[in-house]
Amino acid sequence: MTRLGRMAWGLVLWEILCGLALTLRYFFKPKATINYPYEKNPTSPRFKGEHALRRYPNGEERCIACKLCEAVCPAQAITIEAAPRDDGSRRTTRYDIDMTKCIYCGLCEEACPVDAIVEGPNFEFATETREELLYNKAKLLDNGDRWEPELAKRLELDAPYR
Amino acid sequence: MSVLLQTNLGIAVLTLLESLAIIVPLLLGVAYLTWFERKVMGAIQLRKGPNVVGPFGLWQPFADAIKMLFKETIFPAGADKVLFTIAPMITFGLAVVAWAVIPVNDHWAVANINVGILYLFAISSLGVYGIIIAGWASNSKYAFLGALRSTAQMVSYEVSMGFVIVTVLICVGSLNLNDIVLAQRHIWFAIPLLPLFVIFFISGLAETNRAPFDLAEGETEIVAGFFVEYSAMTFALFFLGEYANMILISAMTTTLFLGGWLSPIPFAPFTLIPGVFWFLLKILVCLFVFVWVRATLPRFRYDQIMSLGWKVFLPISLVWLVLTAGFLEIFGMLPHA
Repeated sequence: MTRLGRMAWGLVLWEILCGLALTLRYFFKPKATINYPYEKNPTSPRFKGEHALRRYPNGEERCIACKLCEAVCPAQAITIEAAPRDDGSRRTTRYDIDMTKCIYCGLCEEACPVDAIVEGPNFEFATETREELLYNKAKLLDNGDRWEPELAKRLELDAPYR
Repeated sequence: MSVLLQTNLGIAVLTLLESLAIIVPLLLGVAYLTWFERKVMGAIQLRKGPNVVGPFGLWQPFADAIKMLFKETIFPAGADKVLFTIAPMITFGLAVVAWAVIPVNDHWAVANINVGILYLFAISSLGVYGIIIAGWASNSKYAFLGALRSTAQMVSYEVSMGFVIVTVLICVGSLNLNDIVLAQRHIWFAIPLLPLFVIFFISGLAETNRAPFDLAEGETEIVAGFFVEYSAMTFALFFLGEYANMILISAMTTTLFLGGWLSPIPFAPFTLIPGVFWFLLKILVCLFVFVWVRATLPRFRYDQIMSLGWKVFLPISLVWLVLTAGFLEIFGMLPHA
């Protein structure tokens, strides 16, 4: 198009009107928003959320204090101390995860030989203070007890692909 | 009753009530304009906008206002405290004061003065003071740059806006806003003066520092422009001022070009509806376009804004002014007021 022609189109704001027409079409399109607290997206069984320590069905904790998760953790968020229990089995005396350091990579879960430490489906664990995010063994076991039905289901669903 | 109204006290009370009748709906309008803007922009961006606070998010403006009220006003180090506090008041005050002459319906203006349009123009020019004082008093380079940009921009666009207004004036032959609206009984000025209507509206966008001319704020370059340093209620006043100015410019566009309170369909069932309704409806349409444009266009570069104002709008409005005057003179349609 000639320079003059372009100028004429510019003067009638042609391009701008085209843009306005486009945004007006979008104005009437259905919205993509999900009403978050009331509606949630589906999550995959592999979703990496809040950590939990699981137990066997008889109530015995799974963790055998092998410290593989501690070793593999790239953010060094896990701290474990271990000692023999009264019955002679090897157990953790301390199992801390610093959730402010954790990068939710899921390597702890991968490393665990007994499926003790897992990352659950919960991602709504915001706290009002920083200290509340320094999880200890009691908190992690409590998470495990609370989410066990879902955790077991997720492991079962993901098992064929492992 | 009418005797009572003739006394000085009566007139004072009446004026006060009239002012309140303008200011209260205006403030509510501003509050809901923020809601409206968020809804419209949300819709254009395939979002829903505020919808949690109250039905359809209708209490959102009040939630925002309450939050604003409880925040702390921070004075930057080295700021001129007096000017720093006065600047938002000037901006907001002027945005409200201008409403005194806007006719909401036939002869429904707080002050139906014969130089109404001149008054409006003067007030909207004064608006630049609030901005430049804010930029200067903040003692911050971003605020100062923003203030300079905004001043240059408002001064440039006022010139072409002035010519557009003069063109309307020679078509009407009066500076009274009421007469200007009544002169559009047969045809809205937006139709014969279409290019000027467009220029006026775009200049209005520039005048209120709205996208795509919002480079006085320019988040990506100068943080937030002249009100970077403002917080809490001082910020809220700027915000209110900006939105009140948007409504004002929409009201001016309505009055000058879209036939003010006159019904768009000039026969029976529609002319019976009170003019206030049509006036508000036309303002709402203008505001929708304001928001629509903001959601569509990216920000202009600074030199582009300047060249658009001085090299495009000014010549066009000037030529159109001369053409209109010549046309009216030749065909003997020049009004003699």
